[in-house]
Amino acid sequence: MGRAMRLNKFGSGLISVLALAASIGMADAKSDIIVAMQLEPPHLDPTGAAAGAIDSVLYSNVFEGLTRFGPDGSVNPGLAESWTISEDGKTYTFKLHEGVTFHDGSDMTAEDVKFSLDRARADDSANAQKALFAGIENVSVVDPQTVVVTLKEANSSFLFNLAWGDAVIVAPETVADIKTNPVGTGAFKFSDWVQGDRIDLERNPDYWGTPAKLDNVTFKFISDPTAAFAAVMAEDVNAFVGFPAPENLPQFEADPRFQVLVGSTEGETILAMNNKLPPLDNVKVREAIAHAIDRQAIIDGAMFGYGTPIGTHFAPHNPDYVDLTGSSQHDPELSKKLLAEAGFPDGFETTLKLPPPSYARRGGEIIASQLRAIGIETEITNLEWAQWLEQVFRGKDYGLTIVSHTEPMDIGIYARPDYYFQYGTPEFQKLFAAITSENDPEKRSALLKEAQEMIAADYVNAYLFQLAFPTVADARIKGLWKNQPTQATDLTAVSWEE
Amino acid sequence: MKLLLHNRSMLPGVILTIVFAGAAIVSLVWVPYDITILNIADRMKTPSLIHPFGTDQFGRDILSMIMVGARTSIAVALVAVGIGMLAGVPLGLAAAARRGSLPDEIIMRTNDLVFAFPSLLIAVMITAVFGASALNAIIAIGIFNIPVFARLTRGAALTLWSREYIMAARVAGKGPARISVEHILPNVTNLLIVQGTIQFSLGILAEAGLSYVGLGAQPPTASWGRMLADSQTMISLAPHLALFPGLAILLTVLGLNLLGDGLRDLLDPKLRRART
Repeated sequence: MGRAMRLNKFGSGLISVLALAASIGMADAKSDIIVAMQLEPPHLDPTGAAAGAIDSVLYSNVFEGLTRFGPDGSVNPGLAESWTISEDGKTYTFKLHEGVTFHDGSDMTAEDVKFSLDRARADDSANAQKALFAGIENVSVVDPQTVVVTLKEANSSFLFNLAWGDAVIVAPETVADIKTNPVGTGAFKFSDWVQGDRIDLERNPDYWGTPAKLDNVTFKFISDPTAAFAAVMAEDVNAFVGFPAPENLPQFEADPRFQVLVGSTEGETILAMNNKLPPLDNVKVREAIAHAIDRQAIIDGAMFGYGTPIGTHFAPHNPDYVDLTGSSQHDPELSKKLLAEAGFPDGFETTLKLPPPSYARRGGEIIASQLRAIGIETEITNLEWAQWLEQVFRGKDYGLTIVSHTEPMDIGIYARPDYYFQYGTPEFQKLFAAITSENDPEKRSALLKEAQEMIAADYVNAYLFQLAFPTVADARIKGLWKNQPTQATDLTAVSWEE
Repeated sequence: MKLLLHNRSMLPGVILTIVFAGAAIVSLVWVPYDITILNIADRMKTPSLIHPFGTDQFGRDILSMIMVGARTSIAVALVAVGIGMLAGVPLGLAAAARRGSLPDEIIMRTNDLVFAFPSLLIAVMITAVFGASALNAIIAIGIFNIPVFARLTRGAALTLWSREYIMAARVAGKGPARISVEHILPNVTNLLIVQGTIQFSLGILAEAGLSYVGLGAQPPTASWGRMLADSQTMISLAPHLALFPGLAILLTVLGLNLLGDGLRDLLDPKLRRART
């Protein structure tokens, strides 16, 4: 008995020591955060590549533009404090914030803005979204705090364009090393990159705006869904943005240690078709494929119910969205009829090349089975991202592929005949040009709806669903973005609950 | 037959092998459910009378998947062992017949070279270069089977070459090629059968491993390794998704190893003599 008592005392003493240790540990954790994501950026220049992973790490954290996206997708002032637009909509006068410095200590002035915009739109620019800047005629510096941008034609989405990660402001002195040592104006400074593992950021003490609440941020890259699950469960990471295994979400929801945010994205997930490759160049064949697909089965089977069906290449949360799912409803009998009319009563064979995400790999198996039901045999090839970019995106060597287009408002890709699905008809190009130059919001909205209807009627691709964006995080973390209006993990407002 | 019953490892080995080979053969003509048809509404059902092993994440019957998967595994392993034997045995016979000569050296050192690499690494290399498919998995597994059979054949043939009846055959004027085929080969067959069984089970493991990392049979071909990989993230949600393909791999490999052991006991004259 006495022995048990002593043991008990010892036990409780041990527990209080452990509790003390735990509270010290927690106090440390309050100012640091480890955020995991699936893909690692190929380099750290958001103005020099299409890879969304670059923006996922750096957008708003390290680099800022004249305008910036808010968590709800609205366009807010960024480095530009305010602006005026001339009557004809062609001249934008930006007033810059005072006292903004780059992380190397130099001042951010109108000269840097001119340099950044001129660099992005130059002929030899490596910018992945040069179309954003194509309408700029001239950028001129009035004084260190004032920049005037003149456009060739009025462009209603110019402020929206400037909010993209591809339009961030960089300094001419540091741009040479931007791929390995990014120097921006954001609330966090880049500190270290261990390739294949993590990127470290630290708080910028001289930030011009509201300073970040966190001292240190670590981005960890975990591509394997099983490892991702284990890392979150073991609390090796504090948050996982874009969690890759939707089947595990109910388990996290039931666990009081975690919060699960399922937000919307700009990711239109499509079954892309090679519009120049026979027999997919025949609109009847593409229509047959569109009708062969049961979207709900793909959302349930591949995404475990997370996702919104779409009937065109447009985000459903956008006010201009038109629900066109009815024009490509699941109807295998109609598909067979259409195939027969197109001259393929017995179907045909084609390739289905799948990048790594589970929406593509699992969705691919489901789509292959749905296409087989109408007589189309697909040869499935699983590709890594680098192979997919090489063979499908650049090489256009494919019949069908599944991919999610996560850029905001990217219906303009249908105006590009050299884009990987090779549509870009003159009619759509004309329509898209009209959208770009239309300043009247109502007329613009009508034109956007017309564009959605045109690509749906041409059955350019089979539109599957809007990708959901699941974030699993420690329940005590506040201020994470739920939705993905652009690819970003904005941590400037994130903090630990007291 | 009596011998077969006396050998403890033989019987379960034979039974397990027959069960899985039988499942593979039956799947050629009949499976409970067509696995090319997905039924999302019925996904991840636990085992029941309708689906004895339950259904997977796409609503396919797991029993049918296992049966078709057995076919994939057995076909890959069988052809791979076939490649190993067809190329390895003649090489081993030739090396033994010309013992110590340059061809012998070339054959055996090349074998050493292939042996020096872990077998799975070679397979990964081949599938990485030529793309992932069941055919490339067969070739990859087949290639690392070649030195196994070449070495075994050469070793056994060397001891035979010093026997008197071989001397007699040589005196009678038979050439080395003819002696190898007529006198050496029949006497190493026992060994080859035993080794073939072991390599067969290793081949099934290798196929499962390659499919698990995505380098083996591509969907929609059913494969035990890929079933395991696909069910990995759902293991807490529906454990039966991983349980049945895992058991299938375990029991098949166990069965083949027991069978190989039993066959060795049965066919090896030295062991037989010791027993009687």
